[in-house]
Amino acid sequence: MLTRPYFGIAKQPRGFAALLFVAALLPALVIVPAMLSDLFLGSSWLGSDATKAGEHLLGKWTLRLLFATLAITPLRTLTGWNWLAKHRRTLGLFAFSYVCLHLLTWTFLDVQVLVSEYVGWADVWKDLTKRPFITIGMLGFVLLVPLALTSTRASIARMGKRWRALHRLTYVVPILGVIHYLMAVKKDIEEPLLYGAILATILVCRGLIARQRAVAP
Amino acid sequence: MPNNGLTSSEITPEGVYHDRRQFLTAAGLIGAGLLGGASLPVSSRSAGAQQQRSLGTPYGLQPTDSATPEEDVTSYNNFYEFGTGKDDPALNAQEFRARPWTVKVDGLVAKPGQYQLEDFLKPSKVEDRIYRMRCVEAWSMVIPWRGIMLAEVLRRAQPTSAAKYVEFTTLLDPARMPGQRYPVLQWPYNEGLRLDEAMHPLTLLVTGVYGKDLPNQNGAPLRLVVPWKYGFKGIKSIVRIRLTSAMPATSWNIAASDEYGFYANVNPQVDHPRWSQATERRIGQFRRIPTLPFNGYAEQVASLYSGMDLRRNY
Repeated sequence: MLTRPYFGIAKQPRGFAALLFVAALLPALVIVPAMLSDLFLGSSWLGSDATKAGEHLLGKWTLRLLFATLAITPLRTLTGWNWLAKHRRTLGLFAFSYVCLHLLTWTFLDVQVLVSEYVGWADVWKDLTKRPFITIGMLGFVLLVPLALTSTRASIARMGKRWRALHRLTYVVPILGVIHYLMAVKKDIEEPLLYGAILATILVCRGLIARQRAVAP
Repeated sequence: MPNNGLTSSEITPEGVYHDRRQFLTAAGLIGAGLLGGASLPVSSRSAGAQQQRSLGTPYGLQPTDSATPEEDVTSYNNFYEFGTGKDDPALNAQEFRARPWTVKVDGLVAKPGQYQLEDFLKPSKVEDRIYRMRCVEAWSMVIPWRGIMLAEVLRRAQPTSAAKYVEFTTLLDPARMPGQRYPVLQWPYNEGLRLDEAMHPLTLLVTGVYGKDLPNQNGAPLRLVVPWKYGFKGIKSIVRIRLTSAMPATSWNIAASDEYGFYANVNPQVDHPRWSQATERRIGQFRRIPTLPFNGYAEQVASLYSGMDLRRNY
């Protein structure tokens, strides 16, 4: 097994759970009011195109939270901070909340179904079926739904091995998310590539850990 | 040319323009109708943005159109020579020096030449025109430009009978244009028009916006504006205008030919592969509005494309 330096934090510091909760909530508490204020009160916190800016920020925070969820195991292994494990659910559920906000923003503020007289559900369907980057993004969202629904302790107990199998989707969803991001941009692929590199690093770490576990007694 | 809706009497003489009553804006104190067609409200985000000025002659505008606030026009830009983000150009172009500047006119012309910008502009009448601007990304603005008609420049250069197209080239100088240090697009940026499109009286070589010299982030000191085409046709910081017999290769077409055609006429019926072009979001307004064929300029320009399959020639 790897060394466990603990960095002097063998037990969860007091207030950590609350701090994590606030940290994960804070971006949404800034982005959503700023976007709505820009759109309906005439401010320009998010620049000239608040809809797109807010939509993109919510998408990026979804990815960041998905990455954080996946990074907990490698981080735990490296540091010995086993108390991190129970926060995976918090981060995962926040990721799901952000993707819901991203999707709501896209549907009602960007595409503007039920908002613009010139847009209908048929337009949404066309986007979903004819535009691969949207199809892939939506697939990522759909796969997250059962994970969020089965995130309770009761589900874990009830489903047993099947829960573990189902929750392997946490590897698939962020990959879909990064592909969605990469395909959504024009030529400015630097940032999505950076996201891809971060995800790849986390996945490689997890792979190494899994192998080590497999050979360890 | 067939009725293009632009008789010379409609084009505001400079003197009249300067004398025209200043108008009051989004406060709605004076309706646009009171002042005649030459004014329209500036939609504003805050009271501070309300400006009193005459904006010029509006072309192709719809009754609901109002000028996009200057702060948006000069801070929300696609100009990859200064970065790919919308706010990158305004940040990264601050130190760009757009003077002195030379423009070369060559290719299939009887009178080629290389000019200092001032000499290049001097013979032409400067006009203020308010145009709709539709970006291929499905957002739009209404912008009061200041510029000269490209047709005047071309006439002076005297295209030969072999000339069929006009190619435009942006300055290539990675030291001054940091975005050119990355192979995002093929540098220098190139654009092109068919000669009849270039000669159309709506086609402008722009030197200013909102009554001021063009800010660097908007393509100083000289850019193209073709209001019935998607915004990426409006090449910025032009150093060369070349008449050719073959259709010029254009930067975005080279980058993604399935997404960006040579013609790039605004067309609500031909979707971009990744999004619908049927509607657009006007910067500064929340609700989507319908996109119009040729961006509202069909009456003036549709005849240029009669008989062409606009779905194939996107």
